[in-house]
Amino acid sequence: MRVLSAGESALLIEVRDLAAVLALSAALRGEPIDGVVEVVPAARTVLLQCDLGVTSLAAVAQAVRRMQLSSQPSRSGDVVEIQATYDGPDINDVLVSTGLTRHELIRWHTGSDWQVAFCGFAPGFGYLVTENARSVPRRDTPRTSVPAGSIGLAGEFSGVYPRDSPGGWQLIGRTEMILFDLDADPPALLRPGVGVRFVDRT
Amino acid sequence: MNPGSRQLRILDPGPLTTVQDAGRPGLAHLGIGTSGAADRGSYRLANRLVGNREDEAALEVTLGGLVVRADHDLLIAVTGAPCPLTVAEIGYGINSPISVMAGQQVGLRSPVSGMRSYLAVRGGIRVPEVLGSRSTDTLSAVGPDPLAGGDVLPIGWPYGAQPELDLAAVAAPAETDLTLSVRPGPRDDWFTSAAMHDLLEGRYEVTGESNRVGMRLSGPELKRSRTGELPSEGTVTGALQVSPSGQPTLFLADHPVTGGYPVIAVVARADVDRAAQARPGQHLRFRLAGRG
Repeated sequence: MRVLSAGESALLIEVRDLAAVLALSAALRGEPIDGVVEVVPAARTVLLQCDLGVTSLAAVAQAVRRMQLSSQPSRSGDVVEIQATYDGPDINDVLVSTGLTRHELIRWHTGSDWQVAFCGFAPGFGYLVTENARSVPRRDTPRTSVPAGSIGLAGEFSGVYPRDSPGGWQLIGRTEMILFDLDADPPALLRPGVGVRFVDRT
Repeated sequence: MNPGSRQLRILDPGPLTTVQDAGRPGLAHLGIGTSGAADRGSYRLANRLVGNREDEAALEVTLGGLVVRADHDLLIAVTGAPCPLTVAEIGYGINSPISVMAGQQVGLRSPVSGMRSYLAVRGGIRVPEVLGSRSTDTLSAVGPDPLAGGDVLPIGWPYGAQPELDLAAVAAPAETDLTLSVRPGPRDDWFTSAAMHDLLEGRYEVTGESNRVGMRLSGPELKRSRTGELPSEGTVTGALQVSPSGQPTLFLADHPVTGGYPVIAVVARADVDRAAQARPGQHLRFRLAGRG
């Protein structure tokens, strides 16, 4: 673990891999550090925004180094079921690159326990990971517009577009579920730590 | 007009006027940035001048051009970039509370220096909150749309004691080079030692590609000492993120919550307010925080 300076009131904690990010952000949700007002996990790092009226960067750095990190993936407890229709425009490309049949692809995607590792790219866009990962390349040419609810794969991640936006993920399906609602509390269904299961409605 | 309601009517928003408050901190893990006033010091001062809580919503007016009409007697104050200011065609100074009578027009012309002026109204701008804030996030399109002619903004009822300040003595935004304090990191180790030297000794011009998200700068190229891609990571306001071309972008209020280019250094929070007033063509210099 490396503790890096990110300005006068934030630290960037760099860890070995995404599994370590999941462990650290789960630990920070379970046992919040006094004065840490924002915890932003990403692929290899967790950014901690601190309230210097309550704590100091040195105290937060020390508390992070002392955290007991579990090697077991942990969840916030919430599991979201996403009703999916597997008729995405890139499904045939994904079958070619993975060597799976359509039935095997759907069985893999619906049969895996996914977890939101972090959000990024757009409000409410969760990067979903599974221990049962398969790697899928991004599209060579990103689409200028991907409809909200599109379910995609890229690298070892799966994700669901919360709003219409540009995007380069391979689209395998779609859902009618609302993933991001400004009037809801919390506004995003897919928050770091939340578990996800896809249910086939094709 | 709805009699008895307090409201402000936008006749002309100028180049860009948005509603801003202290923003919506604490949601970056959901991909939602803080947003809020780009020059927080000037924004808070505007509220204090009219006796508001510091975090009431106000108008952020970019390069003047705003014309509004009060549909009710209101107390207002303008801070930040010094705009020639008129109420019913009579000139007034900024940084001071001004009484506006029902039906009178308020106009902000183009400021002589600086980018952003703040217009606060006693009682606050009370458009509906989105996720706990009335701020327009221009990057993620969360919050109210930028203002357009014909918009009518509800104004809250006055509360608390009458404002005590008659005039705040504040320096106008500088028209010359700005010197901003920085802390190296988090990715200073991605750059050559010459790059850090160049950042601290060079002058960086604010380019026209600057907005509430960030200010693209142009100056000595900041060379990397390593190749490869940085996995996206959380970023902060004030970050100097360096693109593969070696030119830095200074992140302002609506910056993306994560970024995939290395951040060589972060500008001190108080100095971000000053940077947010720098105009295209103006130059920035950087010095290490805590050193004369």
